[in-house]
Amino acid sequence: MDEKKIKVLVGKPGLDGHDRGAKVVAMALKDAGMEVIYTGLHQSPEQLVRAAIDEDVDVLGLSVLSGIHIGASKRVIDIMKKEGVKDDIILLVGGTIPTKEDVDKLKSMGVDGVFPTDSSFEDIVDFIKDVVKRKREKTLAESRSL
Amino acid sequence: MTLEEWLDKVEKDKVRWTGECLNKKPVGPAFTESGMPVEVLYTPADLKTSNYFKDIGNPGEYPFTRGVYPSMYRGNIWSIRQYAGYSTAEESNRRYKFLLENGQTGLSVAFDLPTQLGLDSDDPSIIEEEVGRVGVALDSLQDMEMLFEDIPLDRITTSFTINAPTVVILAMYIAAGEKQGVPMQKLKGTLQNDILKEYLARGTYIFPPRPSLKLTTDVIEFCSRNVPKFNPISISGYHVREAGANAYQEVAYALSEAKTYVDEVLKRGLHVDEFAPRLSFIFSSGMDLFEEVAKHRACRRLWARIMRDEYNSRDPQSQRMRFFAGCNGTTLTAKEPLNNIIRTTIECLATILGGAQSCHVMSFDEAYAIPTEESARVALRTQQIIAFESGVTNSVDPLGGSYYVEFLTNKVEEKAREEMGWVEENGGMVACVEKGLIHNKIARQAYEKEKKIRSGEKVVVGLNKFVADDCCDTKGAGKGPEMNLHKADPEVYSRQVKRLKSIKRNRDNSLVKETLGNLEKAARKDIENLMPYVIDAVKAYATIGEITGVLREVYGTFKCPTGI
Repeated sequence: MDEKKIKVLVGKPGLDGHDRGAKVVAMALKDAGMEVIYTGLHQSPEQLVRAAIDEDVDVLGLSVLSGIHIGASKRVIDIMKKEGVKDDIILLVGGTIPTKEDVDKLKSMGVDGVFPTDSSFEDIVDFIKDVVKRKREKTLAESRSL
Repeated sequence: MTLEEWLDKVEKDKVRWTGECLNKKPVGPAFTESGMPVEVLYTPADLKTSNYFKDIGNPGEYPFTRGVYPSMYRGNIWSIRQYAGYSTAEESNRRYKFLLENGQTGLSVAFDLPTQLGLDSDDPSIIEEEVGRVGVALDSLQDMEMLFEDIPLDRITTSFTINAPTVVILAMYIAAGEKQGVPMQKLKGTLQNDILKEYLARGTYIFPPRPSLKLTTDVIEFCSRNVPKFNPISISGYHVREAGANAYQEVAYALSEAKTYVDEVLKRGLHVDEFAPRLSFIFSSGMDLFEEVAKHRACRRLWARIMRDEYNSRDPQSQRMRFFAGCNGTTLTAKEPLNNIIRTTIECLATILGGAQSCHVMSFDEAYAIPTEESARVALRTQQIIAFESGVTNSVDPLGGSYYVEFLTNKVEEKAREEMGWVEENGGMVACVEKGLIHNKIARQAYEKEKKIRSGEKVVVGLNKFVADDCCDTKGAGKGPEMNLHKADPEVYSRQVKRLKSIKRNRDNSLVKETLGNLEKAARKDIENLMPYVIDAVKAYATIGEITGVLREVYGTFKCPTGI
């Protein structure tokens, strides 16, 4: 199969301006061969989903450190569903996700992968490659069965 | 034997010692945190070019290498000031009283992000959880009055971490003081008000750099003339360091910013000695103890030299750099969080051995959330133990004269000067911000450092060395340590919005409209100082969102380069 480059949008929802982590992860994904767009600061959930759709990305990664990960993710998921892209775009959340309960809650809400502080680059890269591969195979199988 | 002959002898003896002793068991290279090579041994010969009177001097005298006051901590302990604030004004007021009762000597106000971006709590663009989350929510003068209820503003000093909407916060504090019967001439405290570093790191900018710089200058000018005991700006190296700069870049960018501000204020017709004594600074203290001490000393000396030689200041107070320093948050880990108490102790020590006037120690749980009462107390106690048990306060600048520390002090000054030259070559700080040049550099460095941590080349105990088996893994499973974390109050948003709505109903709305109209007219002029207009507006209970909204209309907003 011809491997199309994985495309990722890294975004910071909300007003927090600490984006060292977002940039570091963006650079690590680039080094892993992915195409990465970083939106910059102060993005509303609407802007992030719109950019993800317009850029036709495989993955939308949210970086949150300010404690609003649940609320911000919820807004993003609601908008993705409204736009009908929740199943097309893989949603990841990284940053300060303080407790196991929060991780579980994010996943039950529909976040595909959660990467708290100290997660390794390899874990994030492997996870993305794996889910994108499975998603693409599934899409291919579906298009063949049509 | 002359001094020169003696130094020659010392140098020759080091060559002998290297051959006879050191090389019997060779060691690998070592580097400071910023990447400067470190020798195994330093001797008086490494300080051959240093002149005690010219380069080091006694504390309280030019070039202030050893400290800005003659007796330093023997005279007065540094100001122990823990950054705090959350939820609503009433909640934060309670936390402040708790900290003051526990021996804290000044307050340091943390605002929530909507406030820092000049938005009202009910602004439709914000995510509700932002309200009161990372600091206290503040919409109108009423919140400021409640924040300091029963705290006499003529007897405490207050530091405000506020940048883009500084004009509004200062105006509210002045108005709150008046209501307590304290005239602005008696208010003491510090405003962050350093907008240029917000574009490089931290990110709470609203307007483009040039009008932002105008607002910063308005505050400095207004305070110089009317609020003489306030430090109208705290020029920061801290945040750019957190974003990835190294120790000497931290110095270079902060001092390049400082020069930009000084240049702007001079254009308002003030003499340098009329405002420079009240400029203050913020730096970070990282884990490389000696490089950090050297950095603080070098920075003080470099600023003194710049103020005397480049700006012709005559008042020694304009040349002495007073600074606050906090711990380097990026050195703290989420894994084994109690280890952070030891890290912050070392960083606090670097701050104090570096001669700071004020210090903040981070709480060990800050990789997870804002501090609990317990973790905030441990952080406060860390400072108090260093201050009252360790004996480091007894003699001024105890590391002065250490061959290694003096050598590093010279090196940091030299490297910082080079980096400042690079900023100048690229058109100065504003141009560097607009072009994203520094963003680019520091983001790359942050990534390289992270790769070194991930590969184990840079040791972080408990994270990549001596890793405990029982520590939960990091494969996205969530670590959830057994610790009490600060729990955000889910009702903050509704309480704050309710109060905001009530203020808007009960104030004189025609007066609000009039004062905002006057502000807009003033903002459209190039040089009119906006402070008096903002004071009128806050006294009419115009909200921070309304006031900033007028300025957004006039100045526009800004999309900052990301650097990657």
